Amino acid sequence: MKRVCRTTLLALASAAIISQIQPAGAAELTVMATGGEWQAALRKAWFEPFAKKMGITFNEQEYTGELGKIKAMVETGNVPIDLVTVETSTVLQGCDAGVLIRLDYSKVADRSRFLPGTALDCGVGIDVYGDVLAYDTTVLKEAPTSVLDIFDTKKFPGKRAMRKAPAQNLEWALMADGVPIADVYKVLGTPAGVDRAFKKLNTIKKDIVWWDAGAQPPQLLASREVVMTTAWNGRIQNAIDKDKRPFAIVWDNQIVEYDMIAIPKGAKNLDLAYKYLAYATEAEVSAQLGRHIPYGPVMADATPFVPKDVLSKLPTAPDHMKAYLVGDVEFWGDHGEDLVKRFNAWLAQ
Amino acid sequence: MSSIAMPTSRATISAKDHRDSLRPLALAAPLLLLLLFSFGAPIVALLSRAVYEPTIANALPNTVAALRLDNAAGVPAEPVFVALAADLKQAQAAGGIYEFAKTLNARLPGARSQMLRVARLAGQDPKPTKEAMIKAAPLLGEEQSWTAIRTGTNRFTSFFLLSAFDLRWTDQGTIGAVSADQAVFTRVFGRTFLIATLVTLATLALAFPLAYVMTNVRPVIAGIVLVLVLLPFWTSILVRTAAWTVILQKYGLLNDLLLWLGMTSDRLELMYSRTGLIIAMTHIQLPFTLLPIYSVMRSVQPSQLRAAQSLGGRPFTVFRRVYLPQVMPGVLAGCLLTFILCLGYYITPVLIGGASDQLISNFIANYVNVELNWEMAAALSFVLLASTLGLYVVMTRYLGLDLFKMG
Repeated sequence: MKRVCRTTLLALASAAIISQIQPAGAAELTVMATGGEWQAALRKAWFEPFAKKMGITFNEQEYTGELGKIKAMVETGNVPIDLVTVETSTVLQGCDAGVLIRLDYSKVADRSRFLPGTALDCGVGIDVYGDVLAYDTTVLKEAPTSVLDIFDTKKFPGKRAMRKAPAQNLEWALMADGVPIADVYKVLGTPAGVDRAFKKLNTIKKDIVWWDAGAQPPQLLASREVVMTTAWNGRIQNAIDKDKRPFAIVWDNQIVEYDMIAIPKGAKNLDLAYKYLAYATEAEVSAQLGRHIPYGPVMADATPFVPKDVLSKLPTAPDHMKAYLVGDVEFWGDHGEDLVKRFNAWLAQ
Repeated sequence: MSSIAMPTSRATISAKDHRDSLRPLALAAPLLLLLLFSFGAPIVALLSRAVYEPTIANALPNTVAALRLDNAAGVPAEPVFVALAADLKQAQAAGGIYEFAKTLNARLPGARSQMLRVARLAGQDPKPTKEAMIKAAPLLGEEQSWTAIRTGTNRFTSFFLLSAFDLRWTDQGTIGAVSADQAVFTRVFGRTFLIATLVTLATLALAFPLAYVMTNVRPVIAGIVLVLVLLPFWTSILVRTAAWTVILQKYGLLNDLLLWLGMTSDRLELMYSRTGLIIAMTHIQLPFTLLPIYSVMRSVQPSQLRAAQSLGGRPFTVFRRVYLPQVMPGVLAGCLLTFILCLGYYITPVLIGGASDQLISNFIANYVNVELNWEMAAALSFVLLASTLGLYVVMTRYLGLDLFKMG
């Protein structure tokens, strides 16, 4: 019995010691991103060139964009990643929760070079994308002209897909109900405004199929499960360009948003992570992503480096910027949890 | 079981016997310790978050003291605001202001940005007035905000557990229902139990006859049927769910087949619906219900049934009075297993269920991963765990089922 105890203790102790040993070796950088076509584009545009330039190994991991995973890493003190891509609202959340570090912009780039709202305390912008409407041109005889047409079930009967979240949908609901774009967040900040948005969503509730992952909208269109869907423009554009799908994008009343990259607290290769951020925000480098997926650069001085044929597909193309709303991160930082709960309660009814 | 025999047998256990009975326990000790440290302790640590939330109390020591002196209900007087300004300034300097603001925001929607604004004000102005603070954060002028702050300063809180039942402390200090547009969890718990019940009944309806057939055919055929049932069992649940997507979707195999057979005139909406979810879950759960029933059915002596019949029992009477009582433990064990597993379903509702078919696990995952509100996740997990254990106790105590004696 005593021996069993001792052996067990010994085994436990050696296991504990082994887990503490860090692998030594060449410089490496680990990034965790949200996968799919987008991560492949990041790899070609930035990860591989940077690894080559610095002579390092660039490791990649995938996740679904949830902060919980990073929080768990930080709380357990075992942070195997140095960089992580996140949505803008997640940056704010992670900043508050002390999960992402507050960045020293002197090691990244001058803050004035960024588009407004893309140089946050805990996150650096990667790209500009649009929340748009997409449809299959072979299914819909008449083309929708505005994202808000998703609320018109008379003219466009059939199932439509929307992202299973209150963000964007509530904004669009108010816009479709006649609220001017400039007032959307003011109205949505009042209880009456929230009621109004849900009332509008209610008019099409039974026709909505909800999507979670960015890869779903093109699939839902391709399987003809829905006649139209809200989507991130790059996913649809790549389905058109690469898979030759007969899809089309409606830009009018799009919502413009930014993807972000951040450094988790406790990252082991902090210097290299900063070097990567400085590299990816160089004007010419920052324009490279557009070649692989049509998302725009966040650096104001990068536009001259974007290829002409790509420029016309970006959310920031002049043609696409006639009527648009910029997603308000602060608003969702304040009301996100509350509205998600109300949204879930509404879904359950 | 033999409740009368127990005391006598216990009395006869000598000290030596007692030591002997400890020996196997000692052999299992490493495993038990491992379970305790890797399973028990983390569960307890996580669940304790449901009732212990010190962030607000830690951030506001002066305010807590000032509120104790200020007995009036509602919006407190100037000294409390002075204390709050000092606390927020302190939290701003120490870097804890963001976590405080986020935690308060979970109880008081919209408080996050307003608290950050007041903290900034307190950093610039050494003595901000109550008026100036209310101007920066209008919420501070409202009674309900102070109810939230007062209850929030208790390190031990019932807020999250009450929320799990759609309840809250009202401004009058009584327990009341949350507003209808925020009431979601009772409905979701109800739905989780309903879907688990439906799936359990569906698997039972399929498994009982199948198990009976398997016990009454030649062993070779029974073996083949068993392999067919078990084959999907060895496939990942994610793969099986994805396979059901292919079958159930609007232009999928099942709809094609039904149209071709002329059984329907229109394509059915099977994906993103409760029907589809129950079909997929029934398929995934079938082996869990079937195997315990099958193992018990095999041990029933056919001679007893023949004896009952020869004594004049009609087939139904024989089934009800001789066969059913013998297979009942297997039926209950299989159903309980399936029911409990169904309560925790996560990936299948996400991929196949519609928006109104999300189960409690989906909400727990959302609070853990997306909202970072681990306290709420812990409270919901606690309710789920408690109801599962409660169910198990009821089944073992009152229905005489003993899972440890199965198989």
